[in-house]
Amino acid sequence: MFTKFANPNYFLKISDKIYYPCFLSSIVLFFISLYFSFFASPPDYLQGETVRIMYVHVPCAWLSLSTYSIMAICSFFSIVFKHTLADIIARACAPVGACFTLATLITGSIWGKPTWGTWWVWDARLTSELVLFFIYLGHIFISNAYDDRRKGDRNAAILTLVGIVNLPIIKWSVDWWNTLHQPASISKFSSPSIDDSMLIPLFLMFFSFLLFFTSLLILRIKSEIVVRKIEIIELNNN
Amino acid sequence: MKPKTKRLITLSSSLFLFGVGCIILFYNLRGNLVFFYSPTELLEKSDVNSQKVRLGGMVKKESIFKEMVLQDNFKIQKITFVITDFENEIQVNYKGILPDLFKEGQGVVVEGNYEDNLFNAINVLAKHDENYMPPELKDLNLEASN
Repeated sequence: MFTKFANPNYFLKISDKIYYPCFLSSIVLFFISLYFSFFASPPDYLQGETVRIMYVHVPCAWLSLSTYSIMAICSFFSIVFKHTLADIIARACAPVGACFTLATLITGSIWGKPTWGTWWVWDARLTSELVLFFIYLGHIFISNAYDDRRKGDRNAAILTLVGIVNLPIIKWSVDWWNTLHQPASISKFSSPSIDDSMLIPLFLMFFSFLLFFTSLLILRIKSEIVVRKIEIIELNNN
Repeated sequence: MKPKTKRLITLSSSLFLFGVGCIILFYNLRGNLVFFYSPTELLEKSDVNSQKVRLGGMVKKESIFKEMVLQDNFKIQKITFVITDFENEIQVNYKGILPDLFKEGQGVVVEGNYEDNLFNAINVLAKHDENYMPPELKDLNLEASN
């Protein structure tokens, strides 16, 4: 079963079926969650209206970390089992993840000015998220740095696996060290410290971003598979 | 041994060693990675004189005093308040604009020098906690706790 899913042709077949439902529902859900985050949710007791930045910032931050996890798993399979699809997925993930990380940093900065009183501080959470952005950029550069695509894929996979050490640092930096950034509001072990009226738009927005991410990823993987197929045809013709 | 198994073992063991190395590194760095000291930690340190440090804690209730002073022909707000971690407290002086979230009973991080039991802040940053709720609910909670 596993090898069946790892086959690019089979992947193309199922991805064609889920691409449009994914993309359309992400757009619809996006407008619903925009309505919720601007009109159907209350301001915060302390921060007032600025709390609405959370509905973009937090989903972006979650996705910046989950995209990296997907990349790391793919890099592992790419090195050990030499699956072409794993390389393709990692390559497709990197720019999307980099964008989510950049969006997290920018929205966080915009949120930080009115609440904390500063655009940027070098505390553990902010710095480790910035390092994540540089790792994403490194992945993009390295995977495109070689004429031989496989060499680039391999070295980028090693970078991704080394950089995985950053994920727990980002996640738990707010608990391990004194940071200006507040600790997590939503965790597995306790009930969320965000009121339900604010939790609903947050999760709606997250799912809309997740669906958008999935459809974007499918599109990028499809085009990458097509590019590789064209290369093989060109090689055979020469 | 199949090449696949060999790659699996090589990769897993090198990642394991790398991970252990990172854990040792960060475990030993933990004292240097803090963004600010609490009043208790700052008082324990003896070598901070005239050095730029950050101090964080809660703004003590009813400890904020504001007055306008004239400096270089500009009216500037001078603020004094007390930062506490409920064990020790430090008096802070600051001239300038405060962030909106600066309130008594709220978290704060100040940057500046600690000399002669007085903290001269150059920068004041507000710190907020992980709780988010609508204003009505906050009022209800306050009534319940009173």
